[in-house]
Parts: sequence; C-alpha cells; structure tokens
Amino acid sequence: MASSDTAASTTAGTASSERPEVSRPSSVSRGRREGGGAAPWLFMAPYLVLFLGFVIAPAIYGLYISLRAYDYLLPNKPFVGLDNYQKLFDSESTTYSDFWNSMQATGIFTLFSVPLLLTIPLLVALLMNSKFKGRNLFRALYFAPYVLGVAVVAVLWRFLLDSNIGLINQYLGGLGLPDGIPWLTSVPEAWVALVGVTVWWTLGFNAVIYLAGLQDIPGELYEAAKVDGANKWQSFRNVTLPGLRPVLAFVTMITIIASANMFGQSYLMTKGAPGIETRTAIYYIADTGLRNSQMGDAAAMSYVLTVILIVLSVGVFWLFRERKD
Amino acid sequence: MTENTTPTGGFSRRRFLELGAGTAAVAGLAACGGGKSADDAAGADPTGEFSAGYDGPEIELSYWNGFTGGDGPFMKQMVADFMKDNPKIKVKSNTVEWAQYYQRMPAAVTAGKGPDVGVMHLDQLATNAARKVIVPVDDLAEAIGLAQDDFTEDVWTAGIYQDARYGIPLDVHSLGMYYNTESFEKAGVSEAPADAAALTDALDKLKSAGNANPFWMPSRWPAHLMFLSVLWQNGGEPYATDGATATFDSDAGVSALTWMVEVINKGYSPKNVAQDSQYVAFKNKQVDVTWDGIWQINDLKAADMPFALAPVPVVGESSAVWANSHNFYITRQASQDENKLQAAKVFIDALSKKSGDWAQAGMVPARKSVRESAAVKDTTQAPIAAQIDDMRFLPPVPGLGDVQAQTLEIAVADAILGKSQPADALKSAASKATQLMGENLKKYEA
Repeated sequence: MASSDTAASTTAGTASSERPEVSRPSSVSRGRREGGGAAPWLFMAPYLVLFLGFVIAPAIYGLYISLRAYDYLLPNKPFVGLDNYQKLFDSESTTYSDFWNSMQATGIFTLFSVPLLLTIPLLVALLMNSKFKGRNLFRALYFAPYVLGVAVVAVLWRFLLDSNIGLINQYLGGLGLPDGIPWLTSVPEAWVALVGVTVWWTLGFNAVIYLAGLQDIPGELYEAAKVDGANKWQSFRNVTLPGLRPVLAFVTMITIIASANMFGQSYLMTKGAPGIETRTAIYYIADTGLRNSQMGDAAAMSYVLTVILIVLSVGVFWLFRERKD
Repeated sequence: MTENTTPTGGFSRRRFLELGAGTAAVAGLAACGGGKSADDAAGADPTGEFSAGYDGPEIELSYWNGFTGGDGPFMKQMVADFMKDNPKIKVKSNTVEWAQYYQRMPAAVTAGKGPDVGVMHLDQLATNAARKVIVPVDDLAEAIGLAQDDFTEDVWTAGIYQDARYGIPLDVHSLGMYYNTESFEKAGVSEAPADAAALTDALDKLKSAGNANPFWMPSRWPAHLMFLSVLWQNGGEPYATDGATATFDSDAGVSALTWMVEVINKGYSPKNVAQDSQYVAFKNKQVDVTWDGIWQINDLKAADMPFALAPVPVVGESSAVWANSHNFYITRQASQDENKLQAAKVFIDALSKKSGDWAQAGMVPARKSVRESAAVKDTTQAPIAAQIDDMRFLPPVPGLGDVQAQTLEIAVADAILGKSQPADALKSAASKATQLMGENLKKYEA
C-alpha cells in the first residue's frame, strides 16, 4: 500500500515537472497531443462500454418504463405520464403507504447500522494494526463472515434467533435472562437482530479498508506527536483521524449506500415481519416489479430512492470536503 | 455489504437484457394472436395422432418443474420411464424452486429459452394465461379423454380462464393435520380430532400429559392457508369469483382468524412463532399437532418420526380445506413448432396417466379413476384423498396470488402476532386487496 502510493506520487511529480514542456507550442508536441486524442478513449473503452451498456442505457430505459404501466409480457404498455410518480405522493393510492413504510424501514436500518459499521470496524482495525502474536489469524477471523453469502448468513441466524426454538434464547434462558425474545417477529427486537447480523457479517470489509488507511499514515507523524507530548487519545484525534479522512469519506459513502440497499437479510430472516415493518425499500421494489409485475411503479420507486441517495451522497461529500479545507 | 444491487441498476440491467428478447416476443405475440394459433396448429385431428404417439423427427423437449423436495425423485423417475418408452423424445428437465419459478419461467419463455412444457400451480394458470405465457390445451384435454366427471368440479373449473382450459391437472394437494402418534397415545387420545370440540379436548389432554404448547400457531406460511380453510368451513368466500372484490373480511373470515388467535390466547401455542419454526418443532417432537401441506409426508418419513396424517378438523360449520393442484401446461414457445407441440402433448398424456406413481410423492392424483386405485388406497395421504370433495381452490383470477401475498397474508400475520385485532386487520387488508384487484382487472383486460 505504502509503496504503491509512493510510486503514484513519483509519477505525479514527473508529470508536473513535464507540464511546461508539453504546453510549449511546438509542432511535435501538438502532433503528439492530437494523436493522443483517441488513445485515452481506447484505454477507457472496455470500462466505458460496460458502463454505458449496463448502467447508463438501462437507467435511461428505466426512466422510460417508469412513465408507463409496464408489464414486459403484456403487448400494450400504456403511457401514463407521471402517474407512477404521483401515486407515490398520493395517500389514496395502492403504493403510497407501502412505499413510504418501506422507505421508513430502510431509513431506520441505515440510521442504526451506519454508525455501528463506521465505528466498530475502526476499533477492530486499530486493534489489528497493533503488533501482537497471532495477528494474522485474528485479521482473517474478523473478515471471515464477509465471504459468506447473504443466504447463508440469513438462514444461519434465522435459526439461531428463532424465538421458540433458537439457540440464542436458549442460552439467554440458561443464564436466567428472558428467553422468549421475539427476535424475528416484533420490532424493535427485529431491528436489533437485523442490524446486529449485518454488522457481524460486513464489519470485516470496512475494517480491511480502515486497516489499509492506517498503514498509509506515516510513522513519523506519530513520532512527532509523541515528541510534542501528545497522549494516545490526542495522537488518535490529531494524527490518525485526519490521516484517515479520505478513507473515512469513502467508507461512509459505501456503507450508507449498502445499508440503503438492504434486502436479503429482511427477505430471508423476517420476511418483512411483523406485518411489513421490516420490509425495506429494495425489498418492496423487487416485490412490486418482479413478483407483481408492476414494473412501471417499481421503476418510479427506484428513481425516487435514487434521487434521495444521490442527495445523501452529495451531502456526505460536502461534509467531508468542508472539514478538509 | 448488503445486497449490491443499486435500485435502478438491478432492474434496468434485467430490462436491458430483455430489450432484444422483448422485441422478439412482441413479434411472437403478433403471430400468436392471443395464443389461438396453438389451437389451430393442433386442431387437425389430434385424437388420431395421439393413439399413434409421436412419429416426427428426434426432438428435445424442455420441461420445467419445481419439485425440489421429497417429490423430486419420483418425478425424475417418471420422466426417465417416459424417455425409455419414447426414445425419439428427449426430455431436458429443469427444476427450479417454486419461490423463483413464477418469476423466471415467464422471462425465460419471453427469451425463447424457457420450457416447452411444464408444471405449475392451479392458482398461477390464470395469471400466466392472461400474460400469454401459456396456451390453451382444450384439444389435448379432449384427446386424452379428460372428462369433467373424472375430476371434482372445483379443480376442473379453476383451470379455465376466459372459456379456455390452460392446465391438465396432475394432482391435488391440500392442507392436512399431522400429529405425533406417540404423544397422542401417551396422552390417551385415541383418534384424530375431527371437530373443534375434539381438537380442544385432545389439546387439553396433551397439555396435561406434559406438553405446555402442543399446537403452535404460525404467523407466516401456512397461516394464510389455515385461515382460508376455516373461512371456507364457516361458509365464506375469500374473493368474488369475478375478481373484482375481496371478501375475506366477512364474518366468516373474522371468526376464522379469531379462532386462530384464540389458540394462542388459550395457551395451546406460544406467541411469536416465526416462519417454519412450528414445522421444525414438530420434527423435534416439541409440537404434537401441526397443519401443513400433504407434500411434507416424505420429509417427515425421512425424519423417522411417529406421525399420522388426518384431514383438517372442522373448526367451522362444515368440512372444507384449502387445496391447490399441479397442472401441466404448454408454453407459447412450444406452440411455434408443430413437432414440439405434438411431443409435449404426448408427454403430458403419458405422465397424466401415470399419476398413480405420482401418489408416492405424497400427492393425491387429480383423476378419480386413479385416486380410487390401490396405488393410492395404501398411502399416508389416503384419508386426505377421501376428502377431495371438500377441497377448495382460489378462483382463476389473474394476479390474485400476488394480491393475496400483499394483503391477506399480512393481515393474518398481524393478528397472530398480536399487532392488531382480527377484524381491523382483515378490513383494511380487504379494502386494499379490492383496490389492487381493480387495478389488475384493468391491466389484464386492456
């Protein structure tokens, strides 16, 4: 990590020292620049083709779908204008209450999972960054759950958390604690279960990114802090955190987006129970579009969710940039 | 992380792939003219051709089903037997879990990579007929000698959508009551309870024999099937047959759901039974009585436990039970090729006649003639087979299954988990269901 970064900065240094040369009006360099016109595009082409084909084009097509009563199997897909969007803001419609209920579920999940997924992995990373025996084993252990698929994780925990036949309640009872906790069929217990399982499952990923970030902070800074008489907390506050800022911005962003896209855990563990209280936005959108074949409605919901996520992401960017200056 | 699908990305990617396929499908539909071409193609003396079997060139049939459980091996054997008898027809089976089946199958047919022939549930036929995934099989029903009097009226009419038949019934399967024979013996219950009083009596005896909670009331599957069964027993109907209104909030429905909640309030069931745990607990011998589908028979036999199966007791006024049926269908994909169509019909004919073998998979053959044969008389599900006239099916209304999942199932779960009163839960769910059904009528009629 550290070495590749050094390499990158060296390249950057060379490039900037060359800059005046390039901008000098010589026919040779102009020719080179024109010839270079196609090269960057060619280099970008493999990614660009996939990006256009699998992200941009479908997104535009999704917009088209959202303006229609759309079922891909029916011959006519009548144009309905903004009806599908209006329905989401009309309390009399069939989708209004379910959609906002699912958005609320996503909101609750994001609100509680993101802070935990930002702090706990940081603590784990700090621990894993210190030198002790068996460090690599622990690093692997913390990362291990992340390699499991959502189906495995959810089925595993569904049985562990079952209120009547689950191991967790069994153990709680053995310790003399309440043994009838409805982990999967009641809120707020179900949220505790869903957030807890998600943190257990994905903290390893964030921890690895933090760890990489920690290893990028030059040791001299810590030494300097020590010389200035900083204690552990002060050097964490003034060296580690600022050093992690770009990493923190990245982790915050992807964690928010991943939490907002939560689907598998509630689909498999609670089935949205109780009622539809843990049915998240993506869950409801998938149900509407793929199970009930109301793809126009589903596309409109997706767009509303996307806009909200974009606003949120811009907010996060702004927050981290502001402090940097 | 959590699911990595971005909201628009997930759908749109799928949509994009279907873009090309969709165009082809539209062309196909135009040619199809609402599935009628299947009739025309096979209209030329189908009966004569059937006795001769299939005499076209060698052909491969794609066959989809959802028999992933204890029923799978029996279907595999039936297909293998068929290929031995019909060497010119190669059947390529694809087994997809039912939960995904109804999403994948239509998409695959649209792309021309779906089944030529397959099995689906009776309550999905209307939806897939309305969406033009499957084609009518009236001529086939006639040619293989299917007659209404070989079936109960309910299962027969539930396969008809807009005056055309879309499915050839293979079996019927209903809810049943499983009980632990060992516990029953220990508690001194000599026979399976057949009505509400006998059930209460049996549960009381089981309680005093040491099981504090002998009958767990599930909040999800099969809670809604229990609810429908008791609703029908009370003389109610969950939906109007014209598909315009939901009527499961009637008195019959409210009293059915109230009875279910009472089972918990009277202490026969613990609270908060999460999905599947009542069944797992039954296998663990923690539960003595549970209502579940008869297709679980082989799974319980494999668990090597002392159990028996009886009809669902009459909790309401008269005997009735929720049921569904596996039906053969032919897709519009097969109807484009005359040889495939013929091979598909030969296949359905052969398997339908062998539905006695299929009884070993825990099902009840749909045909009366087979049902009353020795092959069925000795099975675990024989008491259920005798109950066939009491079986009730959902009306053939396109999109109804999905409406039910969003409304009735959630109302039942809410009441059982104690989140709302049965009457309130059903009332708001029914009004929403009616609204959704209205949208569906408009959508599928347009």
